[in-house]
Amino acid sequence: MSLWEYANPRRFMALSGAVLPWVSVGAIAALVIGLGWGFFLTPDDFRQGSTVKIIYIHVPSAMVAINAWLMMLVTSLVWLIRRHHVSALAAKAAAPIGATMTLIALITGAIWGQPMWGTWWAWDPRLTSFLILFLFYLGYMALWAAIDNPDTAAELTSVLCIVGSVFAILSRYALVFWNQGLHQGASLSMDAEENVADVFYWPLLVSIAGFVGLFVMLVLIRTRTEVRSRRLKALLQRERMA
Amino acid sequence: MIALLQRDLALSVRAGGGFGLALVFFLIVVTLTPFAVGPDSAILAGIAAGILWIGALLSCLLSLDRILALDYEDGSLELLATAPIPLEAVASVKALAHWLTTGLPLTLVAPVLGVLLNLPGPGYFWLTLSLAIGTPALSVIGTFGAALTVGLKRGGLLLSLIVLPLYVPTLIFGAEVARRGAAGMAPTTPLALLAGITLATIALLPFASAAAIRINLR
Repeated sequence: MSLWEYANPRRFMALSGAVLPWVSVGAIAALVIGLGWGFFLTPDDFRQGSTVKIIYIHVPSAMVAINAWLMMLVTSLVWLIRRHHVSALAAKAAAPIGATMTLIALITGAIWGQPMWGTWWAWDPRLTSFLILFLFYLGYMALWAAIDNPDTAAELTSVLCIVGSVFAILSRYALVFWNQGLHQGASLSMDAEENVADVFYWPLLVSIAGFVGLFVMLVLIRTRTEVRSRRLKALLQRERMA
Repeated sequence: MIALLQRDLALSVRAGGGFGLALVFFLIVVTLTPFAVGPDSAILAGIAAGILWIGALLSCLLSLDRILALDYEDGSLELLATAPIPLEAVASVKALAHWLTTGLPLTLVAPVLGVLLNLPGPGYFWLTLSLAIGTPALSVIGTFGAALTVGLKRGGLLLSLIVLPLYVPTLIFGAEVARRGAAGMAPTTPLALLAGITLATIALLPFASAAAIRINLR
């Protein structure tokens, strides 16, 4: 019994089908609690006023945006090394969600930046690297969409994902070199000194859990759809052969 | 390998291979810039290094899909794949040929166009040097993009979409060298980082390009 057994599409479908309702309920509950708590039950910041509440969407979506790419990198490697189809399909399924999360982080950041920094946009390393991450997502999805043969598409996008990851990290550090930042440092870290105040901290953690749960839920749904559409295509082909 | 290099060079110079097209495009971009930002020479001097870098990068982009597409269509890429030299070497040679016909002429022409944009005096040396060091990376990255999209009917636009984000680090450091050089600051730190990126891409990316070509030929 190992993790790799779930690479079998049938096992994967059985497990994901059983897990999906729990993940969905958990994700939605965490989102409702986290966002509700954050929006209605926390005090306004004494300097930022009520705009501080954007944090409950901004930070979780940014975390999911980056980790979605990380997940795609891992599943791409799994596909290239072990040739599990479910893995490639999961990478394909995650890309639009990651792109949307990146966009949400950028837009909420702009809305937050306008009253706080007096500008919607600045060429700050963090902002710019998120914009570039968004471009990487777009290129990756465009390549998936452009290639007809699904196996070729999976291979080429995996190669692109790996090379893209290296360049994305390079860009990140190049940007730090290129321009000084307006964005604050990390709001959450293992070092408790750096964290936001406790009143904001706990609802933020719940929101993050909600966003991660939402991501897992959407990836599972989309991967299941991909597996089903693959099966449907195979069935149709068999019909035509007969 | 030398025979392949000679063949690619001959193909791009003769038979409408697009040699010179990149140079003309570069000239046009530089000509159009003052129309867009105004003829004020102080403004032009400030942005000259960046415009020249962007222009060189876009000109480089123009001929990328020619690196592999023609060979893929007439089948010579398959012959190359079965040839005794490894496909990684083929990818490297293709990138080298692209650089010799695009990156190198662009580098040589850039100082001349710098005059048009009123580039400050110390900028010429650093601009040429940064282009000489940076454009090989553009060719190698472009070959990787071309390898990814070679199997597609209309891959040109997709190729740009994929390759341009990959150009970001090279552009940042390259333009930073030229800008600092033009402003009279010490440009050695970004220069070293630019050289590092170029060397790393030359060393590693041909493997990814060869892998992509193999997948496309299967």
